[in-house]
Amino acid sequence: MMEGYAIELTVNGRRVCAEVRADETLLEFLRTQLRIIDAKLGCGKGDCGTCTVLLDGRPVKSCIVLAASADGKDVKTLSGMQEEPLIKALQESFVTHGAVQCGFCTPGMILTAASYLREHENPSRDDIRRALSGNLCRCTGYKKIVDATEAVAKRNT
Amino acid sequence: MNTQNQSNTRLLLPEFEYVKPKTKTEALQLLDQYRDKDTRILAGGTDLITKMKTGALSASRLIHVRDIKELSGARQIDSALHIGAVTTLADLERLPEVKSVYSALYEALRSMAAPAVRNMATIGGNLCNGSPAADTAPALMVLGTVCTLSSLTGERRMKLSEFFVAPGRTALLPGEMLTELAVEGVRPGSGSCFLKIGRVSADIAKVNIAVYLERDGDRITDCRLAAGSVGPTPLLLDSVASLLKGSRISQQMLSEAGRMVEDAISPITDARSTQEYRKAISCILAEEAIKAAWVRSGGEVPR
Repeated sequence: MMEGYAIELTVNGRRVCAEVRADETLLEFLRTQLRIIDAKLGCGKGDCGTCTVLLDGRPVKSCIVLAASADGKDVKTLSGMQEEPLIKALQESFVTHGAVQCGFCTPGMILTAASYLREHENPSRDDIRRALSGNLCRCTGYKKIVDATEAVAKRNT
Repeated sequence: MNTQNQSNTRLLLPEFEYVKPKTKTEALQLLDQYRDKDTRILAGGTDLITKMKTGALSASRLIHVRDIKELSGARQIDSALHIGAVTTLADLERLPEVKSVYSALYEALRSMAAPAVRNMATIGGNLCNGSPAADTAPALMVLGTVCTLSSLTGERRMKLSEFFVAPGRTALLPGEMLTELAVEGVRPGSGSCFLKIGRVSADIAKVNIAVYLERDGDRITDCRLAAGSVGPTPLLLDSVASLLKGSRISQQMLSEAGRMVEDAISPITDARSTQEYRKAISCILAEEAIKAAWVRSGGEVPR
């Protein structure tokens, strides 16, 4: 018998009440119930980072978070942060540096980069690479992604 | 295992029941109530959920303890740092005293996984998996860590080195839960270091080694070494430590300690590395880690 679990949480600033299955991941909940599709399903086991969202302000891999465990929490995806200057700056920088090819990894990449830059001033290229190490890109070879992030870091500091 | 899991295109979790106790006592009651069933404790989930998705592990019930406040956070009691079992790796890494006092633990935390995973994963989860490769294990072992195992009937404490029983197995009995880790304070004139070899950075260790030592002049007065991924459990290398204890540091002594490590470990060949490589690199890592801990204790670079 499948029992539903009632959860109440904030998603992109909006209060949401929903019923989820025990085995429903936060990613599945966001994509299928709320139709928030900027967080993406890549590997499904916490390796690739395309499903990255902020849970109580910190990046997590939503494909291995149970939706039920997000009860009472604050969830943000990239689409809920469009107005933030740092996000805008990263988006523009990714475009000007050609850091987007197929674009599948981009939301997770920008969200992870923003979280890192918010807490770290003047990072080295190596710091940036390390910060983004949990986000895989199969197109760019990473150089342009690091370039784009570094450019924003330099402007910020 | 279903075919979807095998094809790795869409990993799905099997059905299970989810319970979320609000307090430690409530969690222990549930654990006691369900002790005969296929019940698992869910903390950060970075190992458990992944294993359940890939079919490596199954459970019919998960008790989610990650949000129980009394099991989270760290506080200083006398000279020891008491760490709640569900404290995340990221929170520990951010503690000023971890960075400034417990170098080996800080380095172990920094070497683990991606930042987003460290935001989820807990210190207790890392240990309770019972993985021989758990990076926090050797670091905490050399720093002198006592763990608290709680059940409805009470608590028992043991050295972390006694907590690991076999690959994937710990000293936890049915109905018991790891609730706290108490890390000893370090002495003045001491130093510690954690080193690890993985395939890429933030990978699971092929070998990891931790060293803690106390120095008086040019002598090592006390010392502990531990290594992971080189035996069925994380291993305390007592024979190497007793060689170093009381001895004058020198390059010759370091080389001898390195050679002794080879006899103290029993690595296997698996997907990550070979027995030969693990033996060879362990000796070098041990030498380097002892040297780094020595320099951090205020000693001069040995010649």
